Amino acid sequence: MNDMTPVAKTLPKDWETDQEVRWCPGCGDYAILKAVQRTMPEIGARPENTVFVSGIGCSSRFPYYMETYGFHTIHGRAPAVATGVKLANPDLDVWIITGDGDALSIGGNHTMHLIRRNLDCQVLLFNNEIYGLTKGQYSPTSHVGTRSPSTPFGSLDRPLTPCAFVLGSGARFVARAIDVNKNLPAVLKAAYAHKGTGFVEIFQNCIVYNDDVFAPFTEKANASASQLWVEQGKPLLFAGGTKGLTLDTEKLVLKVVDVVDGDWAAAHVIVHDQTNRAVAHMLVEMPFGPFPMALGVLYDDPAPTFESAVVAQNAQASAGKKPDLQKLLSQGQTWQVEKQPHSM
Amino acid sequence: MASAVHELTPAEASANPPAESIVVRFAGDSGDGMQLTGGQFTLSTALAGNDLATFPDFPAEIRAPQGTLFGVSAFQINFGSTAIDTAGDVPDVLIAMNPAALKTNVDALKAGGLIIADEGEFGERNLAKAKYAANPLHDGSLAKWQLLAFNISQLTLDAVKPFGLGNKEALRCKNMWTLGLALWMFDRDRQPIVDWLKAKFAKMPVLAEANIAALNAGHAYGETAELAGPMKQHHVAAAPAEPGLYRTVTGAESISLGLVAGAQLAGVKMFFGGYPITPASAILHHLSRLKEFGITTFQAEDEIAAIASAIGASYAGQLGVTSSSGPGIALKGEAMGLAIMTELPLVIINSQRGGPSTGLPTKTEQSDLYQAVYGRNGDAPMPVIAARSPADAFDCAIEAVRIAVQYMTPVMLLTDGYIANAAEPWLVPNMDDYAPFPVTYLETVPEGGFLPYARDEKRARPWVKPGTPGLLHRIGGIEKQLGTGNIEYGAANHQAMTEMRRDKVLGIDVPDQEVELGEAGGKLAIVGWGSTFGPIHQAVRRARKKGLDVSHIHIRHIWPLPGNLGALLKGYDKIIVPEMNTGQLKTVLRDQFLVDARPLNKISGQPFMISEIEAAIEEALA
Repeated sequence: MNDMTPVAKTLPKDWETDQEVRWCPGCGDYAILKAVQRTMPEIGARPENTVFVSGIGCSSRFPYYMETYGFHTIHGRAPAVATGVKLANPDLDVWIITGDGDALSIGGNHTMHLIRRNLDCQVLLFNNEIYGLTKGQYSPTSHVGTRSPSTPFGSLDRPLTPCAFVLGSGARFVARAIDVNKNLPAVLKAAYAHKGTGFVEIFQNCIVYNDDVFAPFTEKANASASQLWVEQGKPLLFAGGTKGLTLDTEKLVLKVVDVVDGDWAAAHVIVHDQTNRAVAHMLVEMPFGPFPMALGVLYDDPAPTFESAVVAQNAQASAGKKPDLQKLLSQGQTWQVEKQPHSM
Repeated sequence: MASAVHELTPAEASANPPAESIVVRFAGDSGDGMQLTGGQFTLSTALAGNDLATFPDFPAEIRAPQGTLFGVSAFQINFGSTAIDTAGDVPDVLIAMNPAALKTNVDALKAGGLIIADEGEFGERNLAKAKYAANPLHDGSLAKWQLLAFNISQLTLDAVKPFGLGNKEALRCKNMWTLGLALWMFDRDRQPIVDWLKAKFAKMPVLAEANIAALNAGHAYGETAELAGPMKQHHVAAAPAEPGLYRTVTGAESISLGLVAGAQLAGVKMFFGGYPITPASAILHHLSRLKEFGITTFQAEDEIAAIASAIGASYAGQLGVTSSSGPGIALKGEAMGLAIMTELPLVIINSQRGGPSTGLPTKTEQSDLYQAVYGRNGDAPMPVIAARSPADAFDCAIEAVRIAVQYMTPVMLLTDGYIANAAEPWLVPNMDDYAPFPVTYLETVPEGGFLPYARDEKRARPWVKPGTPGLLHRIGGIEKQLGTGNIEYGAANHQAMTEMRRDKVLGIDVPDQEVELGEAGGKLAIVGWGSTFGPIHQAVRRARKKGLDVSHIHIRHIWPLPGNLGALLKGYDKIIVPEMNTGQLKTVLRDQFLVDARPLNKISGQPFMISEIEAAIEEALA
């Protein structure tokens, strides 16, 4: 238990609980936990004003390991619980921790509505493309053909792209990161700074049931050629600046171009504008292989938040009205029954 | 044109002395505005000082095809100069706006009762839609009733002609014409209706004027038309009532008001998460207008999100409330378990309707008692309260809030479609008569250290609002360690925590059960719960007048049951439990007290008739 005065600056260890962390050794969740605990002091968050809300799954154990307020809820429903928390107390910093099954399968509906309402909170979706806690079944983000206990001959249904799903639901902040990548804290900071739902998909390696599923772009040997970290105002370059993305103006699709001698302007490489929704759609939809994996803050364009609209409407509707319960009870068509003459 | 086919003989008239109460049923197409007509007639009746009870009975379809049998919407009102507990067994007067309305409702009419029919709607097409081979107004098939048929449609068109409305709009005034006639029949004041019409159509004064003209024309028709015998004015005297300020109230209104009152008595803000469902939506509608009382309403994306958001709000320190009907309650089941596990206050209102599945959305039933008491995974004890009437629902809502915040538990409040929609006069309570039960949040580390699952004398855990320094903790749906609330799967711990949750709920201070009517012990007890109160009470009253040894017990606290109930029930030779289900309270009573409770069941989507319960009493005591 911390004994801090409200003004003291926190350290990463102040955000650790005394609970034994129960993820498998080597799980990507450890790296994410460390990154979050490192980020909290940097963004100036206060433990007592912070609430971590999670659903069910490996990732959803996260709140037990953060020295903050925490609510480990039920499968898929964290966005709904978080909505109640934030509406009841808009001053709280609310973080939702979820996984690909929790957020996109059983809780897909709540994710969609959280995003379209634009509740001010951060959503960290740990995507490992598998159901870990239930021992390895394929998930809504698994590649077609994933062999799992429930799909011994390979899965048949096509996966969805989380960032495309949330953009389609009206997201105003969409980012991607990798569990062990050094850029994760910067992405978390940007999500926190964004007023509204900050959606972050984190590629998280499940060492037991889906090891190395992201290796084609996370392995050191592949990283440079296959990771495109976007930066506001900077050209969309990768492979050490030798390749970039440009717009095929005839087909209105993105295209990979070679950049010669660093002259990206000559190659018409797009400069990243994080408020450009159309480009954001194209970046998240790029098929990996022919294209690199777009990472970082892909879209960030704030819009009014749900809880602030609720607070404003509540205030407006209450303005000048006194909450007189006795008067409320006596409203409508009323009539007075007088004392009977013979009584008393 | 009036056509009376049966006139009362003097002998019949003397056999039927002036009634203490009269039952009128308005029936028409669902587009005819019958609920509106009934509602306004209710208002004028209440203002005349009668006691009353109503029963709105309408189809699930918003606008069922015109003229069809399944598109009939009816509104029944029972009013009188004595205490009225039910909407009445059999109507004395049926106002039928079309053949389908006549066909679906006439069999309920008392022999010798009066039918008023809109002859203008009895054309060939409508007769065919109602599956009448011949026009019943002319073929003598209605001979056992009194019949008055005249062309209400034409009379309305004539009355509103000066206002230049289209034919369709003009005919919409038919219900006001009919209301005008009914107001004359029962000697009611038109002014409140005129005021209401002016307010309703403030933006379209011509519609207000047309409707008022139709209302006046209907009234004048009664007054001046040379009608045959049965059409005469009745005056029902005002019912003696406790002095004070009265208003009419529906269950949906009184529950909303009770929640507001409960939150004020507890000193907490309220968060209401709801999802539209018949017949529960009215509560969401009412509360969404009361923001100045510190209420936030949230129309969630589904039933699960509605309760989950309410749980989140409770976790953050407000009183979470959610409301639904059977199918939605089923969806909320897992989240109720979460509220039980995390021991957070929560009020869940179930406006029961006919089931299973979608069932009968607009009809009433009491078939969710098992669901309320037992319907969750695991040993998941939860207090359950049932309201008996629209007025009673106010106090029940306050009681639900009290238990929720004092014991840190979800509470289910059972009501039903009948209570939610029906109106009755309500003596406006004085809030000074209610004792506050202020909530205290834990804000500092107590002596000996902070434990999120420490217990007070009620076995309740502390309520800590996130944002409070020094009391950081984590909760969740996984089994908790005694005291610390940390994850704990141990065998002994689970046994202890399960018993703790059970004992906390069983230890709730529930008032002792009282006998509503009769003695504590005797030959027969009629034991009811919920909206069967009216018919049971009247049936027991009538039977006792005949000298039968029967008592009425009505249970508000379904779980936990009142501490004295077992001993009380064992004092009767026989126990009958009338329920609008196949015997759910009966099962609980048998299980809890090993008493020979016998069921009396009605699962037709309609409330019990007094006579049905009376017959059961007489049979049991024969």
